[in-house]
Amino acid sequence: MTMTACLLETPAAPAAPAGAVTGSVHSWDISTGVDGPGTRFVVFTGGCPLRCVYCHNPDTWFGRTAQRMSAADVLALAARYRRFIGAAGGGLTVSGGEPLLQPAFTRALLAGAKELGLHTALDTSGYLGARADDALLDATDLVLLDIKSFDPAIAQRVTGRGIAPTLAFARRLAARHQRVWVRFVLVPGWTDDPGNVAALARFTASLGNVERVDVLPFHQLGAAKYEALRLDYPCADVNPPTAEQIGRARAAFTAAGLHSV
Amino acid sequence: MDPVRTDGGGVAADPWQGFTGSCWQDAIDVRDFIQANVTPYTEDAAFLVGPTERTRALWSQLTAMFGEERSRGVYDVDARTPASITSHAPGYIDRERELITGLQTDAPLRRAIMPNGGLRMVENGLAAYGYHLDPAVREIFTRYRKTHNAGVFDAYPADVLAARRAHVITGLPDAYGRGRIIGDYRRVPLYGVGRLIAAKQAEKAALDARPSTAEVIRDREELAEQIRALGELAEMAASYGHDVTRPAATAREAIQWLYLAYLAAVKEQNGAAMSLGRTSTFLDIYLERDLREGRLTETEAQELIDDFIIKLRIVRFLRTPEYDQLFSGDPTWVTETIGGIGRDGRPLVTRTSFRYLQTLYNLGSAPEPNLTVLWSPTLPEGFKRFCAQVSIDTSSIQYESDDLLRARWGDDTAIACCVSAMEVGRQMQFFGARVNLAKTLLYAINGGRDENSGAQVGPALPPLTGDVLDYAEVTARFDTMMDWLAKTYVDALNVIHYMHDKYAYERLEMALHDYGVLRTMACGIAGLSVAADSLAAIRYATVRPVRDDTGLIVDYRTEGVFPAYGNDDDRADEIAVWLVRTFMDKVRQHETYRGALHTQSVLTITSNVVYGKHTGNTPDGRRSGEPFAPGANPMNGRDRHGLVAAALSVAKLPYSHAEDGISLTESITPAALGRSRAERVGNLVGILDGYITCGGYHMNVNVLDRATLLDAMDHPERYPQLTIRVSGYAVNFVRLTREQQLDVVNRTFHESV
Repeated sequence: MTMTACLLETPAAPAAPAGAVTGSVHSWDISTGVDGPGTRFVVFTGGCPLRCVYCHNPDTWFGRTAQRMSAADVLALAARYRRFIGAAGGGLTVSGGEPLLQPAFTRALLAGAKELGLHTALDTSGYLGARADDALLDATDLVLLDIKSFDPAIAQRVTGRGIAPTLAFARRLAARHQRVWVRFVLVPGWTDDPGNVAALARFTASLGNVERVDVLPFHQLGAAKYEALRLDYPCADVNPPTAEQIGRARAAFTAAGLHSV
Repeated sequence: MDPVRTDGGGVAADPWQGFTGSCWQDAIDVRDFIQANVTPYTEDAAFLVGPTERTRALWSQLTAMFGEERSRGVYDVDARTPASITSHAPGYIDRERELITGLQTDAPLRRAIMPNGGLRMVENGLAAYGYHLDPAVREIFTRYRKTHNAGVFDAYPADVLAARRAHVITGLPDAYGRGRIIGDYRRVPLYGVGRLIAAKQAEKAALDARPSTAEVIRDREELAEQIRALGELAEMAASYGHDVTRPAATAREAIQWLYLAYLAAVKEQNGAAMSLGRTSTFLDIYLERDLREGRLTETEAQELIDDFIIKLRIVRFLRTPEYDQLFSGDPTWVTETIGGIGRDGRPLVTRTSFRYLQTLYNLGSAPEPNLTVLWSPTLPEGFKRFCAQVSIDTSSIQYESDDLLRARWGDDTAIACCVSAMEVGRQMQFFGARVNLAKTLLYAINGGRDENSGAQVGPALPPLTGDVLDYAEVTARFDTMMDWLAKTYVDALNVIHYMHDKYAYERLEMALHDYGVLRTMACGIAGLSVAADSLAAIRYATVRPVRDDTGLIVDYRTEGVFPAYGNDDDRADEIAVWLVRTFMDKVRQHETYRGALHTQSVLTITSNVVYGKHTGNTPDGRRSGEPFAPGANPMNGRDRHGLVAAALSVAKLPYSHAEDGISLTESITPAALGRSRAERVGNLVGILDGYITCGGYHMNVNVLDRATLLDAMDHPERYPQLTIRVSGYAVNFVRLTREQQLDVVNRTFHESV
């Protein structure tokens, strides 16, 4: 964990009531079928320790550019949609950025959402999984675990960080019998090595608690954001995977006995 | 096959054999018949079957003609014969293949002329497509017989003419048929025309005892016309070999009788919307009986429905290119209302509800009939999922809140046109198009002067002198301007409907209503989101008017940010709610023709493009000539928090102040609904459940990629049946003008975020 020690964390006074915890929020939205089951209130927290070469939300990398909100204020927004979401089916998802960069805030959001009667999901890379305490995970109905790669060298190249913390977190979730959907972004030339995909499929299947694997095809919708932020975009020339490439990746997960979409 | 005979070889001795209940037998009461005999279906779509070879062959005969119709504008017109129920000899697509027969004229796609509404519309329509009106017809309708259009312009006051010319009151049905009247066409198969005539005669006889006041005289004359029209219906049906004086004895006869009744209406009336009603569950009772008694198979049942829907798809009216441009194509609004829940909690969903939707697969997607599902979260899950699936596959369905409609108008309510609810056979409306609220706001700012022409149209107010628009001052002036608008508007509508009753009375449609019908005066507003955002800008930002050298305010410099309607932000949404309430309250202050109940819609159809064209720069930053958002939609691109937040803003508009409907059109990309097909279906069901639970009234659902539309603009030949929902109805995308296509493409598409 030495690498993560230098990352900034939002300190939270242990005695403060959950709603009073503040955090860095990039934005919020209500979306369907993308960030967990059904129609969901999605909080995108600001700041991320990874620098994935294909990230389509580079504007969420820096916590300082986001707004500061209390968990209570975010939950009040979410509560406006409780009736709709209750009828539609869905819940609340904390996404990012990396929510576990702000574990106290994330815990407050998830616990508060449970109190509102909403289904909860945590969308994380798992890199900071060690920061998620049991209380946070108890308040989480579903973890959307983005595993960027199984091969550590590929992970290092793609995210700038190692993959071991993520895999350790995945094992911890398995031991807790936590419901998990694994997400894997298929980026031609970066993550699509068949050996890497097959190894990830075997690892994922070995966990026993993964309900489904989303193979997410890389897309170019984020390109304009790099331009606006004047950031280098390593994937500027990468084409989205073909239907055939996507089908092959899904088949690798299916072959391992997983449900893949 | 002899069309008069049942498949069993003979006419059943008792057409009501096997039906239960008694109220409907004693009096004309179709709802009671349905309640007593309906078999709700709560399973999934697995029983449905595809088209037969016969259906495919018949449909391809027609589709072969559509290309020519599209390129020429019309396929053919009979320019000699003013249409009536009996004016044309029988016509067929393919006599050997058709199961359900009857055409508007003597040949398919051959349009009729209907001069009673207005001669100019007929002449211009003919001229546009290279036809000429028979001089004898012109002489009759100028020298000997007055039209509705001529009557209206004899009686319009000057204020109305000015407001009409300035496009602040628009789309009025003063030159064509008003439409939006639904005959209870189900009465013809259930009772037969003989019984219906007897009932009307009794109603008329009861009036003999009442003194001959103007109202009573009018009612007696109308009833006499209704009786005459029923007789003509029987005569027209006989020319096709059907005896509709007696009740239908089989499912095939029931569909045929019902269609002939509807056909009689569209033979004589070129109404703006000629809606069908709520027929699927009624017909299901007949289909169930024949299936149960072994007279039909599922394939044959679906084939009859497919044949019926083919007929509804080729209803045509002669209209002018300007009219078609206003309404994006050639809509007829053959709206059919499907689903819903009964007052007793039983679903009114039957197998035939599914069969109607199945036609979108068997015949391909199409804008007509305008299939409208009455949605309630308590509908059977299998039906909800099938509707969502069909929406995802065809973008051809609209949804309206059964929960709101049932509570307000009962469980035998149908939609006319797009969002106008009426209890079938007991209620009709006086269609009133709409006023331009955004332009009215500009009139308030400019003291009643038109921002484009400079002419004084509304009441004169002293010019605004400040450098910054003041919210309190602008709303006070807006209130005054709305007073004038409401008065002028109701005035116009009273003239229109008086003359329509006098010169173009819907004899057949009204013959299929109870005597003592409930009439509504259906007013409407356009430009709601532009007006609401403009007021929000004035209130929450700094808006500086820009004047031309005559002192007319022609533009605005807006500094700072302001909340926009469509983001579930109460600051902006409350302004929209205030506008809806305020204008409705003003409309209610004015007496209506025949004591009609005041209602209002928030619906533009597709005229949002044309209204925008006639409206100058607005304080919200919209540029002069830019389209408005359709219906009650937020302005394009200003709903930044996704579909749900936008829908919840619209759901705040009070139905009690917009009882003629509140229209929301949404375009969603498939990916925004989920990753697998099953997931998308489930999520769309969820969105509809959520919207209706939160008080939403209407949602058009398009599930499309922008790329598909762009490709269709470049290669229309590849997308002959591509259908999209616009504002309360659907159109063939490739028949839109380029301007309208761009308007659709530029609308907010909710994508995954």
